[in-house]
Amino acid sequence: MNPFELISPQLAILIGAGLILVYDAIFPKDNRYLPWMALAAIAVSVSFAISLAVRGEYHVGFEGTYSVDKFSVFFSVVFAGIGAAVVFASMNWVDRVGRRKSEYYALLLTATAGLMFLAGARDLITIFIALELSSIPQYILAGWGKDERSGESGLKYLLLGSIASALLLFGMALLYGLSGSTFVPEIATFIGENASDNRSLLILASTLIIAGFGFKMALVPFQMWVPDVYEGAPTPVAAFLSVGSKAAAFAVVLRIFFEGLNAEILSNDWAMIFAVLAAISMTVGNIFALVQSNIKRMLGYSSVAQAGNFAIGLAAIAVVGQEFTLAASAVLFFVVAYAFTNLAVFIAVIAISRHLESDDINAYEGLAKSAPLLALALGIGLISLTGIPPSAGFWAKLYIFNAAAQADLAWLVIVAVLNSVLAAFYYLRIVRLMFRNVEDQIGSAPFAIPKSIGFVLGITVLGVLVFGFFPTPIISVAREAAAIFSIG
Amino acid sequence: MELTALVFLPAAAAVLILLLPQRYAKISKWIALAAAIAALVLSVVLFFSFEHGAGYQFVERYSWIQIAGFDIQYALGVDGLSLPLVVLTTFLTVAAVLVSFRINLRERAYFASLLVLATSVLGVFTALDFLMFFLFWELELFPMFLLITIWGSGRRDYSATKFVLYTLAGSAFMLVGILTLASSAGTFDLEILASSVFGSTMIPLSVVFAFLFVGFAVKLPIVPLHTWLPDAHSDAPTAVSVMLAGVLLKMGGYGIIRTCITILPDQAKDFDIVFATIGALSVLYGAFVTFRQTDVKRLIAYSSVSHMGLVLLGLSGLGVTGLAGATYQMLAHGLITGMLFVVIGLMYDRTHTREISQLGGLARQMPLLATGLVFAGFASVGLPSLAGFIAEITIFLGAFQAFEWAVILAIFGAVLSAGYILWTLQRVVFGPPKSEWDSLTDQNQWWEHVPVLGLAALIVLLGVYPAIITDMLNPTLEFVVARLSI
Repeated sequence: MNPFELISPQLAILIGAGLILVYDAIFPKDNRYLPWMALAAIAVSVSFAISLAVRGEYHVGFEGTYSVDKFSVFFSVVFAGIGAAVVFASMNWVDRVGRRKSEYYALLLTATAGLMFLAGARDLITIFIALELSSIPQYILAGWGKDERSGESGLKYLLLGSIASALLLFGMALLYGLSGSTFVPEIATFIGENASDNRSLLILASTLIIAGFGFKMALVPFQMWVPDVYEGAPTPVAAFLSVGSKAAAFAVVLRIFFEGLNAEILSNDWAMIFAVLAAISMTVGNIFALVQSNIKRMLGYSSVAQAGNFAIGLAAIAVVGQEFTLAASAVLFFVVAYAFTNLAVFIAVIAISRHLESDDINAYEGLAKSAPLLALALGIGLISLTGIPPSAGFWAKLYIFNAAAQADLAWLVIVAVLNSVLAAFYYLRIVRLMFRNVEDQIGSAPFAIPKSIGFVLGITVLGVLVFGFFPTPIISVAREAAAIFSIG
Repeated sequence: MELTALVFLPAAAAVLILLLPQRYAKISKWIALAAAIAALVLSVVLFFSFEHGAGYQFVERYSWIQIAGFDIQYALGVDGLSLPLVVLTTFLTVAAVLVSFRINLRERAYFASLLVLATSVLGVFTALDFLMFFLFWELELFPMFLLITIWGSGRRDYSATKFVLYTLAGSAFMLVGILTLASSAGTFDLEILASSVFGSTMIPLSVVFAFLFVGFAVKLPIVPLHTWLPDAHSDAPTAVSVMLAGVLLKMGGYGIIRTCITILPDQAKDFDIVFATIGALSVLYGAFVTFRQTDVKRLIAYSSVSHMGLVLLGLSGLGVTGLAGATYQMLAHGLITGMLFVVIGLMYDRTHTREISQLGGLARQMPLLATGLVFAGFASVGLPSLAGFIAEITIFLGAFQAFEWAVILAIFGAVLSAGYILWTLQRVVFGPPKSEWDSLTDQNQWWEHVPVLGLAALIVLLGVYPAIITDMLNPTLEFVVARLSI
């Protein structure tokens, strides 16, 4: 089949980005339709991705460097959804900034397409290019705001991101030097035969790759950028970073490690690295989140802690058929649950900050009175992040902890559950503040929620609740998608 | 179908209430009452159509999530142990709704939270799948958090957070225990787990037992993990105190019997001395601390610690008598303490104080409420012919052979309890009437009479006709004990 059909979802989005720029060049005055063009491109992209899946067109193309399989389709749809949600969440903000609207949406679409390429890439070079395709627009977007903070955050993200890319390249170069191939399945074959001879070098390569992606995942000790960038970047962009970019990094790591470096002699070592990083990330993220007074910084640290939860799934790998899939599918389910939850939280924060003109957590006091629906939405999001039912987050945690238990990682499960108690403290602090009865209303002006934000907030909160009650469909899809990693 | 209907009836009513438009907010209490009564009627019907014997009845089983290593069922069922607790829950839910009729702050959210709370407790008592059990166990947190934060008094923020964090910390350990057992046995099914022999597990089985026990013990609560209870009680609204003392604490005792003892009998035999020690300690410590309390609700909260210590003491006997006594104590304590909180709540609605020193001589101004308080107080002391007496006697009998010293200590605690209850009654009810309470009315609304009378009637019923419970309870407990003696 035509290889370009395989990447039709990405092409749709990239063409959409191009059209937005062209349209703006021709009709510079008329920029009302730009976000809708972006959404249309995403809709076309999703329909292409689903049509590939429905027709069962699972092939590899471009000399095997790009693969359409259930895994990549799964992530393509997830990233498209995240992109669409962020477009909705951005509309109001972009209008208020009021400059270079077309570039904003074009960059957002390009970043989304980059993430989608990452999910299907099976070659180290393709992976790297896809990573840069998604990263460079994000560096720019992080600095999009008018204030100094945003500029600083963009620059910080760029500088640290470049270091991470360099580390990643070192790791990839080492892998290539050892195996003589950049193709992930060939690396797997090589390692299957020669792992014991080159074990220490392979571990070094794994470590460097983990460091490179650990930056995107926001794992400790690669998390330094997170709070500053989240605080400074425009909130919709921060939402994109915290959900899309993070999920893509986990997708690639699953691909490289579960498909390429899965020889048992090696997997125990890197599984241990992930386990330790998971434990540290959860603990450090939660402890720092406890003392934050700015909600965006708090969400930054919370995202570090959540990255630790994701990483449990990577640590829970055990190279025996079924359980192998169990850990991978746990990560995939976590991605979906986390995407809905975190988007809901970020979008609610966008709406609230817009009104309060403050990111101070204490300003949220008594919010349930002036904006009951927003408070409820944010409350549900935070409950889901805490992992209390009925929410998607409850199942996500349960599923991933269970995978770790099946892999006999008792200590990690204990660290994780204790951390979720710690996390409850700062998540529930906000809920408590919002629902506190205040005598005199602070913001007497009624809350005006822009329609676009209200719509996407409703969708995400509904997702959190629906998957909280009926997690089965997503769990089975996640399992199907993770089945590509089952061996034997 | 019956159990699904029973468990989700309150939640469905909660959804209905939340969908009510603002101008109909006033009828939310009637919807809540109708749902609570319907659940009560349904549970009573189940109670009388239950055929005495071991094993679960009215079982419903559907596969929910089918994945190797994560196989979860939607499974509900009741046996002789859980059915009485289910009836207790539905009964106290009706009482809790009734005593809330005065609420006029955000009524819809209030009654919805109360009903979701009922659903989660009913779910805990009827779930046959360990993960479903855990799901319902955690589900209870959010409504409780809201109920205390929004409608509470005093340091309600602090108390609500403390409540949630204590429970979450306990259930964190519980989750590790659950996952360990499940990964070894390959199932979350409580019935299969109860007949499983566990091979090698990732953490030793005695540690698993301890983890599960900690999760339940926080809820029970035991000394020294009890400090959340007085705080939660003193800051919670009346109905929440009724639910908290009446049924939420029982989830702890139920969980220990249903999972710790039934699934891990060998470890239970090693832990019986821990049960006896902590039980006796809780009884004594709770009783001593009760003496110092000046706030009536805190006083009852500490007496709850003392009384729930008796539950643990009963369990330490690991025989049918001890287990039956423990279960009976849970039921009796649920009714008696529920009644105490109802009466205290109604008094508070009038006097707006819970300080013992400010009350006094209320027998003159509020004869009905004073009678209720005296009645519940005597029941709490363990007066023969009332429910508490049978429970205490059975517990002492059941534990005496195994741990003589613990029972002797506990009996001393029971004597103390007579002391603090009588002293409290004397200071609150008797003595010279205070003029500032002269203008207050007595219990005078139908929705005040009904819960008080209903609770009193059940306390008497359980006191004079224990067979109505024990006939149902014993076959189940014999099954549990049979597994202990293998």
